Amino acid sequence: MSETTLDQTERTGRKPRASLGSPEGDDVFGVFDTRIARRFFSYLGPHRKMFVIAQIAVLVSAASQVSIPLLIGRAVDSVVKHDAARFQQTLVAFAVMAGVYTAMFFTEQWLSQRLAQRVIFDIRRAMFAHFQDVSLSFMDKTHVGRIMARLQGDVGALQEFLETTTGALGDMVMLIGIAAVLLSMDVQLGLLTLTVLPALIAIRAVWLPYSKESFRKARDASSTANSALAENINGIRTVQETRREQLNFELYAEKAHENFRAQTGAAWMSGIMTPTVDVLTGLAMAIVIIVGGNAVIAGRLEVGVMVAFVLYVQRFFDPVRMLSMQYTIMQRAMAAGYRIFEVLDVPITIKDKEGASALESFEPTVEFEHVTFGYDPARPILHDVTFKVRPQEVVALVGPTGSGKTSIIALTHRFYEVDAGRVLVGGVDVRDVTLDSLGRRIGMVLQEPFLFTGTIEENIRYNTLDATRVDIVAAAKAVSAHDFIMRLPEGYDTKLGQRGRNISVGQRQLISFARALVADPQILILDEATANIDSFTEQAIQKALKVLFEGRTCMVIAHRLGTIRDADRIIVLSQGRILEQGSHDELMGSGGLYHHLYTSAHASFDDQVVATTGDAEFASRT
Amino acid sequence: MTDSPPNGRGASPSESPAVDVTAMPLVLARIAGLAFRYPGRVALIVVTSLLGAAASLALPRLFGRAVDQAAHLLAQGSAHADAAKQGLLVSAGLVILATASRGFLTMASTYYSEYLSQKVAYDLRLAFFQQLQRLSFGFHDKVHSGDLITRGMLDLEGSRAFIQGAMQPALSLGLLLGFAAYMMIATDPMMAAIGLAFVPVAGVALARMGFLLRVTWLRVQEMMSGLTLTMEENLQGIRVVRAFAGRRFELSKFDTASQEVLAFQYKRITLRFRGVAWMMVSFNASLGLLLWYGGRKVLAGEMTVGRLTEFLTYMTLLQAPIRQIAMIFNSMARATSSGARLFEVLDLKPGIADAPGAQPLAAGEGVLRFEHVDFRYDPGGKQVLSDISFEVRPGRTLGIVGPPGSGKSTIANLIPRFYDVTGGRITIDGRDVREVTLASLREYVGLVQQEAFLFDASVGHNVAYADPWAEDERIVGAAKTAQIHEHIAGLPAAYETRVGERGVALSGGQRQRMSIARGVVPGPGVMIFDDSTAAIDAVTERKVRDGLAKATRTKATVIIAHRLSSLMHADEIVVLDEGRIVERGSHAELLAHGGTYAELYELQSRSDAAATLDEPTPEDVGA
Repeated sequence: MSETTLDQTERTGRKPRASLGSPEGDDVFGVFDTRIARRFFSYLGPHRKMFVIAQIAVLVSAASQVSIPLLIGRAVDSVVKHDAARFQQTLVAFAVMAGVYTAMFFTEQWLSQRLAQRVIFDIRRAMFAHFQDVSLSFMDKTHVGRIMARLQGDVGALQEFLETTTGALGDMVMLIGIAAVLLSMDVQLGLLTLTVLPALIAIRAVWLPYSKESFRKARDASSTANSALAENINGIRTVQETRREQLNFELYAEKAHENFRAQTGAAWMSGIMTPTVDVLTGLAMAIVIIVGGNAVIAGRLEVGVMVAFVLYVQRFFDPVRMLSMQYTIMQRAMAAGYRIFEVLDVPITIKDKEGASALESFEPTVEFEHVTFGYDPARPILHDVTFKVRPQEVVALVGPTGSGKTSIIALTHRFYEVDAGRVLVGGVDVRDVTLDSLGRRIGMVLQEPFLFTGTIEENIRYNTLDATRVDIVAAAKAVSAHDFIMRLPEGYDTKLGQRGRNISVGQRQLISFARALVADPQILILDEATANIDSFTEQAIQKALKVLFEGRTCMVIAHRLGTIRDADRIIVLSQGRILEQGSHDELMGSGGLYHHLYTSAHASFDDQVVATTGDAEFASRT
Repeated sequence: MTDSPPNGRGASPSESPAVDVTAMPLVLARIAGLAFRYPGRVALIVVTSLLGAAASLALPRLFGRAVDQAAHLLAQGSAHADAAKQGLLVSAGLVILATASRGFLTMASTYYSEYLSQKVAYDLRLAFFQQLQRLSFGFHDKVHSGDLITRGMLDLEGSRAFIQGAMQPALSLGLLLGFAAYMMIATDPMMAAIGLAFVPVAGVALARMGFLLRVTWLRVQEMMSGLTLTMEENLQGIRVVRAFAGRRFELSKFDTASQEVLAFQYKRITLRFRGVAWMMVSFNASLGLLLWYGGRKVLAGEMTVGRLTEFLTYMTLLQAPIRQIAMIFNSMARATSSGARLFEVLDLKPGIADAPGAQPLAAGEGVLRFEHVDFRYDPGGKQVLSDISFEVRPGRTLGIVGPPGSGKSTIANLIPRFYDVTGGRITIDGRDVREVTLASLREYVGLVQQEAFLFDASVGHNVAYADPWAEDERIVGAAKTAQIHEHIAGLPAAYETRVGERGVALSGGQRQRMSIARGVVPGPGVMIFDDSTAAIDAVTERKVRDGLAKATRTKATVIIAHRLSSLMHADEIVVLDEGRIVERGSHAELLAHGGTYAELYELQSRSDAAATLDEPTPEDVGA
């Protein structure tokens, strides 16, 4: 850097317009809601036995834990009184109790943690399965990142809750048990000793909101610093190209320092509880020593009882701390539960009718009968659309953005439900057949090919599980994908990176063609890619399309003139209505919209924009 | 070591995770070394831990004393009742003093260790950030950004946590155990032996558990990320799933992944409680034995009851800290793998840096020359460019065209020295780019990449990215040149609108225009456009080109494109194939020549292939 950023700011008299990173969402706390709690526990239903055993183990382990100091005290006492028989008895009891405690503690923890895991997995699966069934209109509106946050963050918060909830019962029992034992041993001393408890609870109550705030700050600061780091890593090429290293470093250093301060602040906040608890413990012990000691001297109290008191005093702060921690966890779980059940409550609008039959052998036709449809019923996208695609016919759907092409293919596959009219496949209303059989008869190639993590072979096979390697290679060859696949390091076994990032858009397209070919549907729906693909791959794609169309009933949302001209019939849509239809020659002859679109598109390859559609950037896609 | 990609332990998800025990002392010593750069803080931690342990251990003594006082009196009758009561008061006072000082000292030692660890984390953060900015494209090409982010977040945290979660607790625990053992042995060696017998058993069980938990945790994480991927891809590809009726298939994929994780989680839970159970059994055994042995001695009159109480209290005091052994070993294991991954990146030497004595590039005429340039990404790898020579004079434009993988983008990236040529040289005004400072070179060369990366900041910040101090007029001017000003002006908060905020998602073409505007702002001497208009519709592209022609009239310009209309107006066009120039000349010359270029032109102008009928949809793709 020839000039520091400070120099530059001084020279120009301007602050840099620069920022780096932004914090993520806040923690949400909910209030206790019995309906949500009840629904959580409904997931415990199938594991009721395990749950009950765990709860019993909790009670027994808490009780045995409470008894241990009592036994120690009794032992000391018998020693002082030189009662050897009682001493032996007490020792045996101690051994038994210690054994019981260990066994029960193990059972309780082991069972409840397993149970928590099990329930969490059940809930996650229920959510995941639900996402497979809810309508696409819901999925369209919801960001995948958000859904994932629910599947992970919210489910995680729930797990924490379920894991600690059995512990909470144990802590409660411990607390009550200790109090009961102390009072039963000596009412006066017990009451005096227990006075420190309300003090601790009060101090914690005051401390909690402050500490929550300071922990929240620490979390925010850390997420801000981390997001700044992530952003700089993701944009590292731009950073180096634009020589932003120095400035970004300074911006980052500021965030890192803020984080440092917030973290140490939070450490301070959590630290101050240590001396508080210790001072209170000391106080309780002092009470035992003075009051208890005097009572012993006066002969009102046994030495063993005093020892037991001292041992108990050291134990009753832990349950209080745990309970207040669990309270926070519960608040977080309530908020998470609310969001989880919100998802699970999204109604499934498209499902198999009762007694729906599978679409078996049929004549591959597609018919639209007076179909009206809109994502928002108040604003229909399709108005009274009627047409029929005959077996083995290739129909091109053409029209400007928003004309309803995408809706037509989505309705054919019953991604959405029509508002009026009927969609028939093979002469049967799509609502009368099972979704599964419909999906197996109708193949679909999307505009933006989606590839899964896995090998090329797995991606081509996808759901056609009986396809052999030979079938897959044949399909790839048919769509001219074989050559480039063989050039990849491991051929068909090459693992695709995230969403196929290691191959080009055009190549991804070819793989999605092969996938459709392997599934070998009688009806094929294709949304032609609009992405600018290099001319070399483009040629391969055009060739592959012809192979795909061969012997199938096809509906194509076509963009390339070549594809359109090769179609048997062209349906021109505008604003949700069929404007004209016919073969290329017929439509050219009629001099309508198609003629206009075609001639203007054809004027020069330099002018692909068609005036009639307006600025497509601002038009919303259907 | 230059910046070839790191091959960290556990870096590749395929190899099963493990903690490298042999590397442990080295890595941990290095992290500790970072902490020892603050000797004052370290001393403070040691002193507070020491005093804290001492205060803790004063308690059993005091109790024993109090119990003895009471018991003694009981035995002897209330002859000296007043004196005894006095004694009790003193004991009580001392207990309060001891617990209070224990509390404050414990707080101080934990706080200071957290403070120190955060200080070290802060240093590491800055070092890591700076290092990533220095490492060349060659490094970033090979290492996934997600991997680097993980290192900068989780591995950094893992290394930090070692100072706070292992070093300080180990110190405290060691002191406490040492003091306790000393005092117990000094008091009664036999009793001490019984009381401390549980320590080695619990220690080994807990250490093993802590270590194994770390290893299984890594494995669970790995499995969980597989599950996450399955879910995420299912949701992203939901249309494919539905189109192919893949519901059952996807659910079975999910179940397989999910069951695997669940089974492993169960194992992990068992492992965990096995360790805890060992600890509890051994502790209670020691306690029971102590009670039995000590009780008999008291019965026989060989020991006071206070002494027995004292020993019992020692045991209670040790119980909680001993549990920390698991945490300490867990933290050590975590820091070993985390630290190794972090240091691996920090230790790399940037492959591209200023040569010794490099001078800034003096602003001259701005003639760009490639002289017989050869290039390969890896030594021994495939030759990506061979014998490339050309010259672009100020005010002239060079067009580069060729099939995917022919080396076009590589040429663009060599000019600002994101990579170094492996043969020949690149000069600007006659000076080899390797002889001038990187900062001045990159300031002089403006490169607009194909993939427009926008930052999570306002539109204005993004346009002004290369020159955050630029005046408003220059920002607006650049946006106008790139034909994006009108769109920006129409956004809810115009230039202050945050990119990616609700409802202002930018389409692919808009992003590209933003990045063109960003490239124009600093007014570089040489402009390179690497297929940076591919997603812009043709009419807008022509406007952008006209605007750019004005803005870059006096500059040397290189345009790389696969759409010929983007570069057919260039003064010279070179056609690349497999890293070699196969044709060169003007548009007219190349057409007349009838080679690859002419063929490509024919292909693209034939309506069938290239033209689309209904709309310039590439703009929509990103929307």
